[in-house]
Amino acid sequence: MVRRSLSALGVAVVVSAGAVGCSNDTDEATTVLDVYAAASLKQAFTEIADEYARVHEDVDVRVNFAGSSALVTQIEQGATADVIATADEKTMARLGATAVDPEIFATNTLVIVTGPGNPENIVDLASLTNPELSTVVCAVEVPCGAATAQVEKNTGIDLEPVSEESSVSAVVAKVTSGQADAGIVYVTDARGAGDKVSAVTDPAFAEVVNAYPIAKVKGSPRQQDAQMFVDLVLGETGAAVLRADGFSPAPA
Amino acid sequence: MRRIPLWLYAPAVIGVVFILIGPAAVIVRMPWEEFVASVTSPESLDALRLAMVTALISTCLCLLVGVPMAVVFARTEGVVVRVIRALVLLPLVLPPVVGGLALLYALGRNGIVGQYLDDAGITIAFTTTAVVLAQTFVALPFLVISVEGALRSTDEDYEQIAATLGAGPTRTLWKVTLPLVVPSLLAGTVLAFARALGEFGATITFAGNLPGTTQTAPLKIYLDAINDPTAALPLALVLMVVALVVVVAVHLRPARAVAT
Repeated sequence: MVRRSLSALGVAVVVSAGAVGCSNDTDEATTVLDVYAAASLKQAFTEIADEYARVHEDVDVRVNFAGSSALVTQIEQGATADVIATADEKTMARLGATAVDPEIFATNTLVIVTGPGNPENIVDLASLTNPELSTVVCAVEVPCGAATAQVEKNTGIDLEPVSEESSVSAVVAKVTSGQADAGIVYVTDARGAGDKVSAVTDPAFAEVVNAYPIAKVKGSPRQQDAQMFVDLVLGETGAAVLRADGFSPAPA
Repeated sequence: MRRIPLWLYAPAVIGVVFILIGPAAVIVRMPWEEFVASVTSPESLDALRLAMVTALISTCLCLLVGVPMAVVFARTEGVVVRVIRALVLLPLVLPPVVGGLALLYALGRNGIVGQYLDDAGITIAFTTTAVVLAQTFVALPFLVISVEGALRSTDEDYEQIAATLGAGPTRTLWKVTLPLVVPSLLAGTVLAFARALGEFGATITFAGNLPGTTQTAPLKIYLDAINDPTAALPLALVLMVVALVVVVAVHLRPARAVAT
């Protein structure tokens, strides 16, 4: 629910930004481009959509931010999306041929977040096995949870989380609100939370890299606009925005 | 009652179809070959058991404080009581997720009450207790409103007669006031139980999600549906059947009570 209201906010921001961009136009009908993007892309894609709307005054970009799996399910159930960007390749693969030419545009890794200043002195992943600490992770059903499970498997460290949250933003919220001592989230979420959290890394995280693919959606009547949006994300503008948010570039 | 305008049937039928089409679709699309295996998987059984147990406890809590609330609201005059009454019915109209946030800031580890509990070594966050509290929060007004409404429409003469015959207030409450509202009390109890059983938003916000501890059936349905909505259908049907039994129970009870 929180995520949904946040995404509504994101859409409102994008739409109003688009409206400002189009203020010179008279009542000319505008095209609406529906972009479905993983929750972790919220900041980056809001900015990129703004940029797109600035350049293409006749197009309004609406971004629907939600968990990757939820987005893919929505498209499977017939939601009309033009572009889809997910937080891992496995989720994108569920769309099969419906995802046209998926390309990796960024990568993300996990990190431990703690309260500001790391009050519990967490130094690495193994610190989280301390039974005194309450740790929250993503549920394995969502990409950040799948990545966390992979890290546990690689290291043999068995975390005993107090909660498996349905989205990475819910994990961040549990830590920033002080409910939990630590959480495992993406590097970008840790950066997005600013000084409300401290980040602690572990070498094991570098082994598990989530690659973010973006694709056009088959059957979209706005293939050309969709392609231009994809190009913007894959190009220098996208790279700069994504880098500023903490994403790593796609492997060459 | 017999002579109603015929045109009323059109919107009425649309309304009925609208409500029934969803449950029907769940049955039509149910992967029946997986139904038994899915519902009897240890995870599903855990989630169902947890939902039932917590909903039962929540319902008891609702009765313990809800009935006294209803009696006080129904039998006390004054602006203050009326204002308080309006305020405590808030969970009825609040989105449950807001209720969850409210509980978090009240009873969470850093909450205005929770911080002292934490100092005393009592942690509510991420425990089954948190699930029960979230359910009680959203279900309580259903019981209060149901019982209070019935109390307001009963004749206070009976209570006054009981008093003139020498019954004290407590005896009057048990022997006269409450027996008069038994049908509504049952209806309110069942409604509160149903609301608690289906509670999702406040639970996932306040209690989190951990299989066996805080993952009730609605939470499991939500997580199952993230990747594969079909996988969530079997458990969804079980909850639907339970809800149906509950609704039937509520609607048959008062009717029979009126008839006799």
